This record gives sequence, C-alpha cells and structure tokens, in this order.
Amino acid sequence: MRPEDVLLPTPAGVCCKLGGFHIDPTRPVDKAVITHGHSDHARAGNGAVLATQETLDLMRLRYGESFARSTQAIRYGETVALGGARVTLHPAGHVLGSAQIAVEANGLRIVASGDYKDIADPTCAPFELVPCDVFITEATFGLPVFRHGDPDAEIAKLLHSVVLFPERAHLVGAYSLGKAQRVIALIRKAGYDKPIYLHGAMEKITRYYESRGIDLGRIDLVRGANKAELAGTITLCPPSTLKELWSRRFPDPVTCFASGWMRVRARARQHLVELPLVISDHADWEGLTATVAATGASEIWVTHGQEDALVHWSVTRGLQARPLDIVGYGDEDEDLPDAPNPGEAS
Amino acid sequence: MNRFAELLDRLAYEPGRNNKLRLMTEYFRAAGDPERGWALAALTSALSFQHAKPGVIRALIAERTDPVLFELSYDYVGDLSETVALMWPARDTPSRENSELTLSTVITALASLGKSELPAQLARWLDRLDETGRWALLKLVTGGLRIGVSARLAKTAAAALGDKDPQEVELIWPGLRPPYIELFAWLDGRADKPASGDPAPFRPAMLAHALEDADLGALDPHDFLGEWKWDGIRVQAVTGTDADGKVLARLYSRTGEDISGGFPDLIDALRLPGVIDGELLIVRDGRVQTFNVLQQRLNRKTVNAKLLTEFPAHLRAYDLLVDGSADLRELPFAERRARLEKFIALIDEPRIDLSPLVPFSTWDELAAARRDPEAAGADADAVEGIMLKRRDAPYLPGRPKGLWWKWKRDPLIVDTVLMYAQRGHGKRSSYYSDYTFGVWTKGEDGDVLVPVGKAYFGFTDEELVKIDRFVRRNTVDRFGPVREVVHEADQGLVLEVAFEGLQRSTRHKSGLAMRFPRINRLRWDKPPGEADRLETLEHILQKIETGRSATMHGESRNVIG
Repeated sequence: MRPEDVLLPTPAGVCCKLGGFHIDPTRPVDKAVITHGHSDHARAGNGAVLATQETLDLMRLRYGESFARSTQAIRYGETVALGGARVTLHPAGHVLGSAQIAVEANGLRIVASGDYKDIADPTCAPFELVPCDVFITEATFGLPVFRHGDPDAEIAKLLHSVVLFPERAHLVGAYSLGKAQRVIALIRKAGYDKPIYLHGAMEKITRYYESRGIDLGRIDLVRGANKAELAGTITLCPPSTLKELWSRRFPDPVTCFASGWMRVRARARQHLVELPLVISDHADWEGLTATVAATGASEIWVTHGQEDALVHWSVTRGLQARPLDIVGYGDEDEDLPDAPNPGEAS
Repeated sequence: MNRFAELLDRLAYEPGRNNKLRLMTEYFRAAGDPERGWALAALTSALSFQHAKPGVIRALIAERTDPVLFELSYDYVGDLSETVALMWPARDTPSRENSELTLSTVITALASLGKSELPAQLARWLDRLDETGRWALLKLVTGGLRIGVSARLAKTAAAALGDKDPQEVELIWPGLRPPYIELFAWLDGRADKPASGDPAPFRPAMLAHALEDADLGALDPHDFLGEWKWDGIRVQAVTGTDADGKVLARLYSRTGEDISGGFPDLIDALRLPGVIDGELLIVRDGRVQTFNVLQQRLNRKTVNAKLLTEFPAHLRAYDLLVDGSADLRELPFAERRARLEKFIALIDEPRIDLSPLVPFSTWDELAAARRDPEAAGADADAVEGIMLKRRDAPYLPGRPKGLWWKWKRDPLIVDTVLMYAQRGHGKRSSYYSDYTFGVWTKGEDGDVLVPVGKAYFGFTDEELVKIDRFVRRNTVDRFGPVREVVHEADQGLVLEVAFEGLQRSTRHKSGLAMRFPRINRLRWDKPPGEADRLETLEHILQKIETGRSATMHGESRNVIG
C-alpha cells in the first residue's frame, strides 16, 4: 500500500479516503480532524469535527456554538477508528490543545504534525515524538537562519527595556491564541509580578487558558486604564493593533513583537517594531531537522512555510521528501501587523 | 563586544531620535574606556582599517554550510552579513571567552591584521559570539553599520554625557583621535576641554529644506536672495595657518569628510585664509559639465595628471563662513554675501568663482528663471534648481527651519507598465520592491512593451504592501528572485515614473537609460494600453540632444509641482 492510499494531499487539505475525513481542511468537508485552534487550521463550517477538548472549546469561543454540525473530543493518546483507519492524537506542543494526528491503516503509520514546537512551554502539553513511516511536517521556519534561541533571554530583554524607559509603555504584539498566554507565563516566570495589561480581543481566550488551570497572575484590561497609569507597564495585544489608533492611548509606546519572524531584521523593521522578541510557537530549523530525523520516517512531506530547504535537507539525509502545495496555511501566524486576520474578529 | 552589539541592535530598530540618543548616552555612561571610544569611532565612521570584502565572508560560510541552504537563506534574508550571522554554526558549549571579546580587541587587531590573516581571525571571533554579536562584528568589518545613526547624532549623545552643547564637541572633533580618551575625560568632568589642534577644521554645514509650491504663498520675496543650485557636490574649502604661519588648505564634503587628496588642483588655488561654502564642479571652456562628468573625479584618494587635465576641478562659491580669522557665521546672509564677493575677487583664481544671484522681485519671476535657467543666464544642464536664502539668516549647522529652501526643477513624467518585480534587499527583503517597467513600441505582431528602467523607491510603505500583493497575485512566470507580472493592454499595473534626465544606452533593449527614476504615482485606474510609448521618450531625448534641455522641463507634464 502506498502512503497516498492512506493520506492524499488535495487542495482542500490532506484527505483520508479510507476514513472519510480531512485533516485541517481549508474548505468545508463532511468530516474533519483538527490539529489546533488557529484560524488557518481550524475553520468553521465543517460537518463532523474531531479534535481535543481544548481545540473544540477554542473553536467554539471564536466561531460560536454552530461552528460544526457535530463534534467529538478525544484525549491525547486515545485512538478512534474512522472507517478503515485508526486515528490517534498526540501533543504537538504548539498551543493549548494542539495535537499531531497519527493515522494508521494496513500497517502504515503517517503522522500529520500540524504546527509544533519541541521546546518547553508552560501553557501546553509538551511535544511527543511519534515514530512513523511518513511524517508530514510543517516548515514555517524551515530555513537554517531560524534559530529561536532562549525565550527567557528575550523576556529579559523586554524587562530590561521596561527599566530603561520607565515613562514609556511597552506594547507586545502577540498572536491571541497561544503566544500571548505563553509570553505572560514567561514574564511571570522571570519574576515580574505587576499587573499585565491585555487588549480586549484577547480576553476570552486568555480567561479560557486560566480556566484550564494555567496561572497567569494579575491581568487587567487596557480598557479601564488611563494613559498615565500605563507608563512603565507591559501590555499584550494582537499584532494588528500595534499600528492602529488604539495604540495612541499609551504614553510613547515601545513597539515589541513576539514572533519567530523577528529573527530576521528586515521583517521586524518593515513593521516598525522597536523591540523584536524572538519567541516562537513553531519548531526552529534545529527543531524541525531533529524531529524529522527522530521520527524514523523514511518519507517526509513538507507543508506550509519554507518547504524547499527542508525538502533539500531531507534528501541530503537519504530520505524521500516532497513539498505539499496546500494553499491557506500559515495565514494566522504570518499575521504581521498589516495583514488581515479573520481569526481576530472574536 | 556583546554590549556594543546590543547597542547597535537596539539602535537599528529604534526610530526615535531622542530614544536613540538615550540608548547611546546610556551606553557611553556604562561602558568604560577605551571601549566606548572605539564605539564612538565606529558610530562616527572614524575607523580606518582594511574592510573585509563580501567574498571573504561568503568563503567562510561556504566552508561551513550547504550551498543550497545558504542560497535559499540569503534569498530570504536579503543581507549577506545577517544571513551569515544567523546561519553560522553554533558551538555546542558557548565558550567562556565569549564575554571577554571586546570591541577594543577587535578594532586593534583589525588595524594590524594582514589581509591573509583576516579570514581565520574572523572565523575565530564569529565562533565566540552569538547571533547579535556576529551581526555587529560583520557590520563592523565590512564597513557599513547603516543603523540610522549619523556621526552628528553619536557626537550629540556623547556630549549629553557631560551636559555639553554638541557644537562644542563638533568644534574640537577634528583634533581628536579614537578612542577619544581626552574627550570622555572632559565629558566625565575629570579633565579640561581638549584643545582644537587643527588649523583648518570643518565647520558643520547648513542645509536647506525642500520647497513645495504651496510654501511660497507664506513667504515674502523681499526677505530672500535666490541663487542657482548647481548639480555638483557641496563642499567646504578651508584655508588656515598653522602655528608656524604655514598656509594649510583642505576640502571637505558636506558631511565633513576630508576629500583634499582627490583635488590637488583646487587645493593649490586655496591660498587666502578663510572658509568657503560652495559647489564642486567640473568646468571646461567656461561651461559647467554635468554630474556624470564630475563623477570621474569623485571617490578617489589620489588623482593622475590626465584626470587633472581632462576634468579640471572648479569651486563655485555660495557663502563665506570665515574671512581671515573673522568668523562670519553670526552675520546675516546678505552681509556674508557682500564679504564673499570681495573675498573671491581677492583670490583672483579662474578655478574659483562666485555663484551668481538670480535676480527677482516676485515669485513668478523666480519661477520663470527656474523653468528656463538658460534664458536667465546659467548653464542649464548643470542647474538642479534654485536656492532661496533669507537675507537675515545666520549660518547655522544642520537644517534649521525657514531659513534656506531648495526649489528643484520639475521632473519628467511618463506612464509605464510594470513588467517584472524583484524582492528587495535589507529592510524590504520579503517584499517585491524593485520594479522593471516598460513602455509600448511597435513589435512584429502589434504593440509590445519594452523595458525602459528600474525603480525601487518613490512609493509609501502602504503602497509597497499593495504592489507586493499585486505582484504575488499576478505572477505569470518566475526567474529566481524575479517575478514576471502580467502586462497586457487590458491587464496589469500602470506606474507613473518621474525621472531627471535621459541618455542613450546600449545596455537596455530600448536604447535609453533614465536618470534617477522613481515611482511617482500608482495608476490603478489606468488600463496599461493607455501607458506612454517609446516615441514619447525618443522625443524628449532628441530635445535634450539638440541642446534644448532647458525648455524640456517646462514642457513636460507637471504633476509633482
């Protein structure tokens, strides 16, 4: 049996004919298995949706109760039979509830990673390595220039700047789902115990994180604070708001942005970021290549991101590798401040 | 090195002048001698050592990385130093020496290092630094920090350390040498102010604001004098006498760079003590040559006899800052001008003459002279526009508001069609920001577009985002980093391009080359079929060649105003 008989890349996403489902479909399908709640992977309008409880909850928060006809939650490690295929979810370490999807049929195991990172994150379950025959990996940061480094050092940079410019407000752009909560948790880990301010658009998701037992310390909404009060404080906000009128309520804001893209100076400067913080929820080059090697897969399918370099690397390691050209992934995480972001509507 | 690298990193991102000053002053306060002095030297481009060529850096990374991965990375990042800094293989355990590599060590070593020793030394340093450190080191050794800090700003930050006026630092600067131990001792309040030992120092130049037509309404013509803005390079010619009474002359660029070495012909003519602000030009048989001709003499440390004869340097004087030993900078411009006229007469050198005033009593008269410099008595080819100077303006360093205005001639304008786009470098590395555009001409099967130029600026950041999106959605073919964009009579993007002149060129299929082309306006509204034709450009070129260039500006469609 060929891998394509188990999972077939189609324009609508990866499709399992045996099981009658798509993984992270980019257009509505009857049955979808969803890796995580980011809007480019989890879309509304599918029939039946299978995912972790957290992913389903996050989709409900963003899209409302009627985001799918029916839902089924499964735990990490739990296996369900879908038609002629067996599906198991494993932690991906990307954001709360994020999962890799292992599909097994006829003795062949294919793992679709979704988005993942292989380093510690206080706000979600750690990445689990799943040995497999075919590994479908993301490649958001699939170039050797992306080495994310130590996130604690980036937080130290932020806290140092807060001390150096006590009369200014520090505005940290971060994706609403996952990154914002992780940055807050990292700031707390560094010992900062003053209130951290939040843009209203992030409130629901952040409160949801707290309801799942993640301690983020005292969080206040910007809405209730006056300009003078915000001097010397840290505020988390969606990246798209950094350049909006909204940011004028802050005293001489220092524009910060927490993202793996900040490793490349031109990306940071294009968006007028003054303090780039290299903090990513995706595996960096070392993480991608180490994971690809460790899965033991002999065939690698590379999707969304810098496919070429990772395919090239895999081939030089004697692996079979090819890019999957699925349009539509990477939109939310590519959301630098002036790109439209449907997921932020909630 | 780490601390300096952090400073550069932060400066590179910080847009605010005051915040940049804060960051630098903070660094000067925290870093000791001689580290901060070398940093100041780096920030003011006062260091001189053999810079590493890009080839050296490419060779180092080629030994350490897969060539395909390097090319993909370089294409993405768009900057060689940064790509190398990011890709450089990390050591498994950060060396304990890491913190000990100082900027002083690096700079002193660079000054004495032989060319053949450089690569290996550079590699050892790169091994000891992190991403930011490697980036800063590579910027330093390749000789271009490009972090948006002028020498002036760095000196201002140093002055702020001791609560001094930056002008005080500027005046003693020519006598100071890196690592500026005496300067910092004075700024720390531990020593007296260092004496200015230079008999022929540079005086910070006064610069003009660009004039928009709308500005004129608010100005009274009687308050101003007009003069031609020559298309050469702005210079300051300084003649002083040293302690032994020996005359010493120097030629400075407008940023204070000493360019005397390339202009011995002019230096010989500068014998009368004083400071002239003027334009460096090439004059043959009494006619000012174009900027293209002047370029033959620029950026040379030395010059041979042939160049001296074929490209005779000339100084056209605008202003007099010092007359003998008298500093005139506080005087009103009208008085300085009178002194200048006498001074130039006294020098009595054919190489040095006075830039004539453009007489006018109404703005309309001045506008007419600007439209047609030849009719007003000037070498039209070499006139860039008109300068307006307030009669009562003192000579102030920098770009003070409202005293001097430059009023450039209108550019030429054509409507072209976007044909190819290439990703930019540096700040624009993920945007398609370099555009090749064409105009229509007759082909074998009807009209075709022929490329006539390339431009990569003139648009706003928001327009860039829109063009980038257009390029990505309308790509018809790809050649490496270049995308071919749809360009049919009814499909495509019309770019209104402004440019300063035209020349024949064998390098372009169209046979033409534009001078200083830039995107003037995006014409989303205009169908490409209505863009201009090659004949329009031919017509403009013919006029230039028949010596009627003076009138072409007036006849071109005036969109910029």
